[in-house]
Amino acid sequence: MTKLHVNGRVHDVQVDPDTPLLWVIREQLGMTGTKYGCGIAQCGACTVQIDGQAVRSCALPVSAVTPTQKITTIEGLSANSAHPLQQAWVALDVPQCGYCQSGMLMAAATLLASNPKPTEAEIRENITNICRCGTYNRVIAGIKRAADATARRG
Amino acid sequence: MTHISPSSRRGFLKASAALGAFTLAIQAPFIEEAAGQTAPAAAAIPPEVNAWVVVKADDTVVIRIARSEMGQGTLTGLAQLVAEELDCDWAKVTTEYPTPTDNLRRNRVWGDMSTGGSRGIRASHDYVRRGGAAAKIMLVQAAAEAWKVPAAELTVNKGTISHAKTNRRTTYGKVAVAAAAITPPAAASITLKDPKDWKIAGKPLPRLDTRDKVNGKQVYGADLKLPGMLNAAIKDCPVFGGKVRSFNAAAAMAKPGVKKVVQVGESAIAVVADTWWQAKTGLDAVEILWDEGPNARIQQADIDAMVAEGLTATQAFIGNKAGDMAGAMAKAASKVEATYSFPFQNHATMEPMNATAVWTAEKCEVWCPTQNGDAALAAAAAASGHRAQQCEVHKIHLGGGFGRRGWHDYVTQAVQIAKQMPGVPVKLLWSREEDMLHGRFHPITQCKLTAGLDADGKLEALHIRISGQSIVAGIAPNLLENGLDSRVFQGLAQGGNEFTFGYGVPNLLVDHAMRNPHVPPGFWRGVNLNQNAVYIECFIDEVARAAGKDALEFRRALLAGAPKQLAVLNAVADKGGWGKPAPAGHHRGLAAIMGYGSYVAACAEVSVSRAGEVKVHKITAATDPGHAVNPQQIAAQVEGSFVYGLGAAFYQECTVKDGRMEQENFDTYQALRMDEMPAVESIVMPSGGFWGGVGEPTIAVAAPAVLNAIFAATGKRVRRLPLRHTDLKH
Repeated sequence: MTKLHVNGRVHDVQVDPDTPLLWVIREQLGMTGTKYGCGIAQCGACTVQIDGQAVRSCALPVSAVTPTQKITTIEGLSANSAHPLQQAWVALDVPQCGYCQSGMLMAAATLLASNPKPTEAEIRENITNICRCGTYNRVIAGIKRAADATARRG
Repeated sequence: MTHISPSSRRGFLKASAALGAFTLAIQAPFIEEAAGQTAPAAAAIPPEVNAWVVVKADDTVVIRIARSEMGQGTLTGLAQLVAEELDCDWAKVTTEYPTPTDNLRRNRVWGDMSTGGSRGIRASHDYVRRGGAAAKIMLVQAAAEAWKVPAAELTVNKGTISHAKTNRRTTYGKVAVAAAAITPPAAASITLKDPKDWKIAGKPLPRLDTRDKVNGKQVYGADLKLPGMLNAAIKDCPVFGGKVRSFNAAAAMAKPGVKKVVQVGESAIAVVADTWWQAKTGLDAVEILWDEGPNARIQQADIDAMVAEGLTATQAFIGNKAGDMAGAMAKAASKVEATYSFPFQNHATMEPMNATAVWTAEKCEVWCPTQNGDAALAAAAAASGHRAQQCEVHKIHLGGGFGRRGWHDYVTQAVQIAKQMPGVPVKLLWSREEDMLHGRFHPITQCKLTAGLDADGKLEALHIRISGQSIVAGIAPNLLENGLDSRVFQGLAQGGNEFTFGYGVPNLLVDHAMRNPHVPPGFWRGVNLNQNAVYIECFIDEVARAAGKDALEFRRALLAGAPKQLAVLNAVADKGGWGKPAPAGHHRGLAAIMGYGSYVAACAEVSVSRAGEVKVHKITAATDPGHAVNPQQIAAQVEGSFVYGLGAAFYQECTVKDGRMEQENFDTYQALRMDEMPAVESIVMPSGGFWGGVGEPTIAVAAPAVLNAIFAATGKRVRRLPLRHTDLKH
């Protein structure tokens, strides 16, 4: 039995300790917003936050996560899609198929948490998630819009 | 060397059904079965006004969408077209997919469900608009009958029906039940709106499917959960055409959660477990002995040599011809010759292939992301042993398609697994590795181009010899025309209204030597337009330079007979700054072509460091799709197509070793990432009078425009794709 702190709640999970965190989140906890894309930490579709840091959960064994570390998935990013990034994503129609967008949003949220007003160059350097539909320019615009909205709110 | 086609070896699902998918003629797999059946009466609650429109009592309008949404925005665009004619309140519109089995039961009332070839809107705009218009006529008629006034005296605004003379109003929701009982108007009696009067269609409206994609709620096939469901992982013989010789399941069965190890068809082993991770872990423990067959001896060099041989073969299919190419070439004052090559590529959708199936002796039910519901149903029926009417396919949102999900090997497998566990829903999910090894690959081709110029540098003769793989020969050889696959000439074709060669060359020969390796080909976003655009648009650049002429002026002179292609070229030259000074170190390249019924052009701005590192700064792109249903979504498709096309041009290549693909994941099959993404200025310039596609055409101009700009920057001509093979140090 392992304890995991996910989206503000502690969950007991019974799972092989080698199981990647991604599959525990998807299959044991039933939260399917976090996606499987490659299994080797290349594409970023599985990005979640652990203690505020972006982590590619497909290549991280659940045994490497302690019960006190706070995991945030896309389901826990905000209540009612209220995060400025989610609002910007809707306003700019960022997603196409949308499969990579949970990971994209979690990576972007991590960037904004540490750098509330990133330059375009910083965004491009920081977000390395793959989107095969090709939403990158709207992702960049969405991050800038969310940063601006947060700055205005002060 | 013996090449064995996997389509004949494995008995994949019937080709005619699979083929609905792309640029091919519309296929109706069950038309005979359906003939003679009568459609059931309209469902009572909520009232279905007609097949396309359901209006609920609260005035919510449900618009039925037959095509599949995979990110390209067709769901929203098609709904806009129906809503435009219906004159309903756009804010109250939702959508739903009818199932392929419903389509079968109702004599294919929703027409073709296949979603590819950039056909979603251009091939169904007429009948979906008529569906909306017919529903409006019935709703208005219902109000007129209730009020006992002539229907002609009623007006409609956003779903509210008014009679000015008596100052009465009602809404669609209130008259929908009565409207459903009215005899539909004859299709011929319906007059559609002039697009210049559109209020909903033609506008850059937000998509209808965005909200659930920002909070994790959107359910993709891989996310599906059913009560009692088990999960399966699969391994098909990595060598195309190979089989399972034997397997030992003992170690796998000892793993936690593993329920069953099954052989799937002749060539695959699957493990079924409580969770997918347990299934995958179990699969890794199965000892499988493959019978790899003769294809295991084939190497990439063998395939390259086979394709290269076709460049000079005496026999070839002619796709486009004018004048006397050979005669004019012999008389040419000077000649230019070049050979290009284009590799196998995998679609690599973000969501790997998957399908969920439950099978009983009476019924088979499948949930899957598919680009072609009809073909998915055909695959399910064939694998289940049931008639199509005993099967049901539920379309789930796609995590990317790009052509891959028009081919339903994953549905066949899911049903084959489920059939071995009657009554238990099983979700089959491919690993990324399985997805990379068992794609339906972008066809491999090479092209030799020869130009003959007169003394003034005018292009008098042009020979384009394509050699290589035919998708149709790999998927449905029965659809070849006396051995010819006319689709290999996309963008270079004579006449037609989809892929016409725009350049006026007095003595022209475009021909194809078909060389089919054992690798299974498929429709890959842009299909044959991709390589053909690289071939012709890079070579025209070479010829212009050899003639000592400006690349834009040279093309303009050749496009006198193709005014729409000329117009998009002029638009990107103008907006892209052609002929004007570029920022220091920046160089420009052009490309233009017709594809999928639309005219597209690009002007790329590129810099290349001395060490040979390429930076694409900006692409100015123009699209004339005739009519633009949602301009902001067209812009999104243009940008997205560049990511897909440039990723392919820069990095993507699948190579064969010992009969199988070498690349298994994104570490060896790189995608374009954000730091490489150019700025894109998208010019949408619908000129009216025709309907062209928008999902694919622009992908084809990205690579040649960039490659021509790279030449301008370095003096080096990239003729072998992907371009990472070319050392661009300068």
